[in-house]
Amino acid sequence: MSLLHRYPTFSHGVHPPESKTDTCERKIRQFDFAPVLLIPLSQHIGAPSVAVVREGQEVERGQVLGEADGFVSVPQHAPASGVVRRIGLMPSITGKMARGIYLEPYPGSSQEVAEGEPCILDTASADDIIAAIQAAGIVGLGGAAFPTHVKLKPPEGKMVETLIVNGIECEPYLTTDHRVMLEQTADIYMGIRYLLKATGAEHAIIGVEANKLDAAETLRAAAPDDIAVTTEVVDVKYPQGAEKMLITALLGKQVPSGGLPADVGVATVNVATTAEIGRLLPHGRGIQERVVTITGPAIGRKGNYRIPIGTPLRFALEQVAVSDDVSRVFLGGPMMGQALSSLDIPITKGTSGFVAFTEAQTGIKEQEYPCIRCAYCVDACPIFLNPSQLALLAKSGEYERMADDYNLMDCFECGACSYVCPSHIPLVQRFRVSKAIVRERQVA
Amino acid sequence: MSATNKTLEIATSPHIASGASVDIIMRNVVYALLPVCAFAVYVFGLTALITLTAATLSCVLTEHLLCRWRGATSTIGDWSVAITGILYGLTLPPGLPVWMVVLGGVIGVGVGKSLFGGLGYNAFNPALIGRAFLQAAFPVSMTTWYPSLGAERFSVLPSSTFTFPFAAPAYDSISGATPLAAMKFDGDMTATTDLVMGLTSGSTGETSAVLILVGGIYLIARKMMNWRIPAAIFATVFALSGGLHLVDPGTYPSPVFMLFAGGLMLGAVFMATDMVASPMTSLGCVLYGVLIGALVVVIRLWGGMPEGVMYAILLANAVSPHIDNLVRPRVYGTAGRSAP
Repeated sequence: MSLLHRYPTFSHGVHPPESKTDTCERKIRQFDFAPVLLIPLSQHIGAPSVAVVREGQEVERGQVLGEADGFVSVPQHAPASGVVRRIGLMPSITGKMARGIYLEPYPGSSQEVAEGEPCILDTASADDIIAAIQAAGIVGLGGAAFPTHVKLKPPEGKMVETLIVNGIECEPYLTTDHRVMLEQTADIYMGIRYLLKATGAEHAIIGVEANKLDAAETLRAAAPDDIAVTTEVVDVKYPQGAEKMLITALLGKQVPSGGLPADVGVATVNVATTAEIGRLLPHGRGIQERVVTITGPAIGRKGNYRIPIGTPLRFALEQVAVSDDVSRVFLGGPMMGQALSSLDIPITKGTSGFVAFTEAQTGIKEQEYPCIRCAYCVDACPIFLNPSQLALLAKSGEYERMADDYNLMDCFECGACSYVCPSHIPLVQRFRVSKAIVRERQVA
Repeated sequence: MSATNKTLEIATSPHIASGASVDIIMRNVVYALLPVCAFAVYVFGLTALITLTAATLSCVLTEHLLCRWRGATSTIGDWSVAITGILYGLTLPPGLPVWMVVLGGVIGVGVGKSLFGGLGYNAFNPALIGRAFLQAAFPVSMTTWYPSLGAERFSVLPSSTFTFPFAAPAYDSISGATPLAAMKFDGDMTATTDLVMGLTSGSTGETSAVLILVGGIYLIARKMMNWRIPAAIFATVFALSGGLHLVDPGTYPSPVFMLFAGGLMLGAVFMATDMVASPMTSLGCVLYGVLIGALVVVIRLWGGMPEGVMYAILLANAVSPHIDNLVRPRVYGTAGRSAP
């Protein structure tokens, strides 16, 4: 196998079917406004935004609806001109109700975007750029939704030498980043200019998986010569897009357990996030929409769509002709995506795509067998854990031992172990639960 | 009801699976064993067919009945007990009284597998437990070898086959010596080509190295067998016995003889690789293989018995979990942590 590797990669991992051909050639198309947009005040990791509008207020597209509450927080901007109908609870991905703003867009309005204070690249300092990225409400668009400006500020005493722009998109089905790389090349390079200045990094590497060679070619052909930036192709393997795996593939370094990319002189930013920075900062705008892949066997009009933040999933699915035999919808890709019980939740900044399965995919209920110690999971785990052993300990409730002796907390829940398990044991789910229990006990 | 009003199904990620399944893996091991079984019947005739059938049926029925007795669903559908049964049959001498075959099968699966908790929990290879029991209880019958390629092997059964339980079996006057016993007790060496092709006396299924290797390569290619285990066993046996052969060719047999004689091929390829009772890490598998190889050489050359593969594997089974604990791979990003 290893003789065939033409591109760098990490050790272990899995090769799920890519399932990207349905959408990877479909250009990004603009979505209409839904009758009501649901804008949660918490679309990111960190403190929820604080609403600064009142019910009944008219707002302009791009206007700030909620302000950041502290450093690890971002503001929310109006995705459309319209009226704030209500500020209150709305359904969220977690299953719990969460506070948000119900915005009714004006149907006939021109939907001009309000401009704020532009961030001028040549004159802005690193701190100015970091502040501007926060002001634009930017979070990791790859799905993590962690406020980007927080990642860019290296901890005391640490230097960032390399900026890695993550264009891997290793989740099957998703083609958002692929399309952004093909269609927003100039935005990406503008974003890299801002990010290099903000982090103080000397050079940037755009990492692209080998199943998107057209994107790598487009990026290379358009590479500017005023900044040090290269595009590197890495092997197609899941979870190549995980920050740690990408750093290892490109630089041969391992991020210390419990540490940050800055510990090895790296900052990583998703490619769509980079493009959004390059698109918004010169105009002082905030995020109002994002590119979402809608695909899966239950979708009639599969594609990549630019969708206003807050668009209810029900509205989105109606636009793309979802079929009657839909049985499961999940946000994100099939490896880490979260299944939904309600279609009343909105598309948020972290929604890179959603996939709809029919009973043909979900109807197969595999029998669970005892672990036969086949070691498929051991050979799949990208961080060299022993999922079989961990599952055994989870079963007997030895959570502390899992964390202390078997590095449970290093698991980033990629799901490669569950994917390969011939006994169909829900390994990663056991680890999610175990991690939550360990965290709870540590707090208590 | 429109599509968007349907009740959606909740499930945790991942939402796709590789398609690997225990029953598929086990079924493929059975496929890989079938040519070996067919050849055993060709070499030893009807008696091999009876031994293999009795061994497989006794193992499968034992598991089925024990499951039903506990009020649980039968687990024979996972195919693992079929492998146990076939492998167990392949380790037995052809002509072994059928009642002994059945008894060993019941002990192997009942004590060696079900008592431990069934598939996945057995510390030892159940087929070898059954055989070890017979070896201890009926040493004479277990070392009386039916000659290979007998002219009447498809028409006449050895008189020992249907011996009444617990009566002393009456053996025919003709019996063959295995190559290992001939080497150990008489100093006779069997021709290498006969060994490789499997045209010698021995256990039902241990004779054809070629077919065993073909089955192993099939499973390795389908990622259903860890190649490191047989590779480490072969390398160790070859290196150790080769070294001894160089020092004293008169006393010690050639390494090629050691590789192809007796149950080494069958044991290294199909028994030592039992996933449940072997280590999980790559380095662990190598160490486990080295241990088996070394034990085989020691038992064969200096022990009281001509053959040592079974005990070598059982001993290595016992330490397999400890090997996994000893050689845990370093977790990503922890390289600097334990450094002084």
